[in-house]
Amino acid sequence: MLTGMNLLSLAIWIPIAAGVLVLATGSDGNARIARVIALVGAILGFAVTLPLYTGYNPQLSGFQFEERLPWIESFNVYYHLGIDGISLLLILLNSFTTVLVVIAGWEVIKERVAQYLAAFLFLSGFMNGVFSALDALLFYVFFEATLIPMFIIIGVWGGPNRVYAAVKFFLYTLLGSLLALVALIYLYNLSGGSFSLIDYYQLPIPLMPQVLIFLAFMTAFAVKVPMWPVHTWLPDAHVEAPTGGSVVLAAIMLKLGAYGFIRLSLPIVPDASHSLAGFVIALSLIAVVYIGLVALVQSDMKKLIAYSSISHMGFVTLGIFVFNAHGMEGAIIQMISHGFVSGALFLCVGVLYDRVHSRRIADYGGVVNTMPVFAALFMLFAMANSGLPGTSGFVGEFLVIMGAVKVNFWYAALAASTLIWGAAYTLWMYKRVIFGAVANDRVAGLRDLNGREFLVLGLLALAVLVMGLWPNPFAEVLHAPVNELLNHVMQTKLR
Amino acid sequence: MSYITPLLPAYPEILLLGMICVIMVADLFVSDDNRFLTYALTQLTLVGCFLTTLLTAGIEPVTTFSGMFVDDLMADVLKLMLYFGVATLLVYSRPYITARGLFRGEFFVLALFATLGMMIMISASHLLTLYLGLELFSLSLYSMVALQRDSATATEAAMKYFVLGALASGMLLYGMSMLYGATGTLAIAQLADVILTGNARDPVLVFALVFIVAGLGFKLGAVPFHMWVPDVYHGAPTAVTILIGTVPKLASFAFIIRLLVQGLGAEQLVAEWQQMLIVMAVLSLVIGNVTAIAQTNLKRMLAYSTIGHMGFLLLGILSGDVVGYGASMFYAVVYVLMNLGAFGMILLLSRGGFEAENLEDFKGLNQRSPWYAFLMLLLMFSMAGVPPTVGFYAKLVVLQAVLNAEAWWSVPLATVAVLLSVIGAFYYLRLVKLMYFDAPTEAAPIAPRTDVRVILSLNGLAMLGLGIFPEQLLALCLSSIQLSL
Repeated sequence: MLTGMNLLSLAIWIPIAAGVLVLATGSDGNARIARVIALVGAILGFAVTLPLYTGYNPQLSGFQFEERLPWIESFNVYYHLGIDGISLLLILLNSFTTVLVVIAGWEVIKERVAQYLAAFLFLSGFMNGVFSALDALLFYVFFEATLIPMFIIIGVWGGPNRVYAAVKFFLYTLLGSLLALVALIYLYNLSGGSFSLIDYYQLPIPLMPQVLIFLAFMTAFAVKVPMWPVHTWLPDAHVEAPTGGSVVLAAIMLKLGAYGFIRLSLPIVPDASHSLAGFVIALSLIAVVYIGLVALVQSDMKKLIAYSSISHMGFVTLGIFVFNAHGMEGAIIQMISHGFVSGALFLCVGVLYDRVHSRRIADYGGVVNTMPVFAALFMLFAMANSGLPGTSGFVGEFLVIMGAVKVNFWYAALAASTLIWGAAYTLWMYKRVIFGAVANDRVAGLRDLNGREFLVLGLLALAVLVMGLWPNPFAEVLHAPVNELLNHVMQTKLR
Repeated sequence: MSYITPLLPAYPEILLLGMICVIMVADLFVSDDNRFLTYALTQLTLVGCFLTTLLTAGIEPVTTFSGMFVDDLMADVLKLMLYFGVATLLVYSRPYITARGLFRGEFFVLALFATLGMMIMISASHLLTLYLGLELFSLSLYSMVALQRDSATATEAAMKYFVLGALASGMLLYGMSMLYGATGTLAIAQLADVILTGNARDPVLVFALVFIVAGLGFKLGAVPFHMWVPDVYHGAPTAVTILIGTVPKLASFAFIIRLLVQGLGAEQLVAEWQQMLIVMAVLSLVIGNVTAIAQTNLKRMLAYSTIGHMGFLLLGILSGDVVGYGASMFYAVVYVLMNLGAFGMILLLSRGGFEAENLEDFKGLNQRSPWYAFLMLLLMFSMAGVPPTVGFYAKLVVLQAVLNAEAWWSVPLATVAVLLSVIGAFYYLRLVKLMYFDAPTEAAPIAPRTDVRVILSLNGLAMLGLGIFPEQLLALCLSSIQLSL
């Protein structure tokens, strides 16, 4: 039986093992072998996650595919894995994106190829680890371990200001997560020596410690999401990272933060979550509106998409903290959709950048004349980013707004304004880059997508459309875990 | 044979002392070309000590020399780690000292004497033994720093080390004499008994405590007694710095446990030294981590990083329970492993006449040698405490102990410690940045001897290996402390 195969462990360790193999190929003389091994590893890694979906029983609540082995017995730490529908979708998204990233970097990366590919494979394995860990320390170890490959990716293959961006990224996120570590140790002592998340869900905690724990978790996850006002590392990191780095960062790493809220903050400290929900919602709405406006004035395409990401992630945190099924499911669908759409947009910018070596909007114009196929696909992703019905972007935003209306009309009204800002910044950028007369000789000399690029963008386009037109396969695995999560949130842990 | 068994606990020390004499004499008859013999004998001695300690190790503490010398599980574990550390650092140092004309008998004999001193410190159960071990080890190190006679910086460093070290010894001795005045005994176990029964004179005791903690602070290199650390690390030949900067922390740890915990561990005194250690720990964390940022010399940077690490080590001890001491011991062991690797890398990159001790010398290491850059990356992330490297667990267990103490200082101290870890991460990251993001300034190939290559690789990979499977080492440290107290 497939279930007997420890699929979660495979999903974590296959990419990591492939990464080690890729590293072993060494110098750039073997770049071809490295690429092939990486692709095989990524595809295998994706393949083992598919039975997770088919074997997942959406009727059951609780965790499935559990694995539990003693790890650090002195501190009662277990190698404990398990997933619910929420983590399932994120694992699928992560493994899928890794395949695309490996393909996307196929010809573009020419220096230190093996290290580049290995970093992405490690990252993929670590992130699957975060999404499936049910032991707090295991979660934390994977959560932190993702920093190392990303630091290297930004710093080695990034743009001119990469060192600043890499160090800022690393220190910002480390600061946040170390406070969360203190909170986890506190919980360990409070629970009488357990790191199990499932134990923490049942643990009564007085209000004051709850608030402190919530704030410690929040620094870790808010930085990762990122929420306003701790978002400033993201535009730097995105702009300087290589295309693959931006894709992984936007599509998956940002989700680690939101996932942390869902998996740790809400069920472990529900009362503090309730008391501070207004605060988080306020920050989310600022992100949605203010960052949306900031995106409008960007002259750099990557920066624009980075700000758009922050704005969209504001939607996610809003959806999580309205505490109803619509909001929560909308938030998770928005996470997945944003993974596809922002990844695709960064790849689109990457396609242009590889040809023209500029990310400035002003350097483009009339690209549709020379790259019609690209323009069509880019159009789809731009529409999805602005939340057009029929694309994946619409489903999540709609559900979140529905959830918000139930709580407070003005939350919803402010959030809904994103449909205007989002359309404004995305489509205005699209117009300036794609339409109009051919701006300069470099644009005139552009070649349209090659097969490899078409494959990557085509797959993403398919995903965006499927999710927009037929969201049910995604939504149905979410009902049970979202209900259970909301049950946890509704139960007070005060005694 | 029964007349010899009372000495059983001291077998490793006796073996080592005997072998030192053999090596000292044998070295006289060896020509410079065959000096390898001295080196081989030294390594063999360490292996012999390792086996002896392993074979004589027992769960129950055993004392000898009228209770002045104790062999318990903590001592055994620390000594095993000590032999391992010394043997490793001798492997790393060999090419370096050969190139600088230091490959002489004195180097090895002094290194072994220092080892012997540390072993005695680890096993001391009497203040006199403790002091004897401390002086044997310190005097050997003073002269080792000055071994490079024609180097002005080394001589200066030796002088500074000696003067400040002597001052520290004086303080310690003064504190011990007051202890004797207050309790009428120098044996650590009796000391504890007298204090516990309330027969000690309290004001004198507290006064003694201040001097003893100050002396310990000097030896450990904790702020505000840290002035010698950067200068000595910087001035000494790197092959000696690696000896000063690694294994002595094991002995210092044992020193603290023997004196503060076993000797002065009565409740009213714990409260006294806890306060002093809190101040020292916080200052060490702040000054060590902040000042390290400003350094351009890697040896100085590691010196300040050591000061920061000692702050962490003190955090474990001041939390005041067995788990905290075990956490500190684990921290000390991990610290030794990390610093062995880091100094090993400095030794690796330095060649005949050229010292690779500036941060700049690590520029573009990834392009010169991806493997060594990767090892150094692991070491640096481990020092910064980023999982999945073992440095993370070292910090984790210490923080756990601090929070578990549930005193007023628990949460603030833990928060300060993690915030300063972030500052600390910056300068470790800077080295990673230099290695990975910058272009190399020189292209000299890195081709170490096979033994260095193998040991250094294992050392670096241990950061990851112990990071993924920390259980055994952790359990060993925790249980050995538990069984020894």
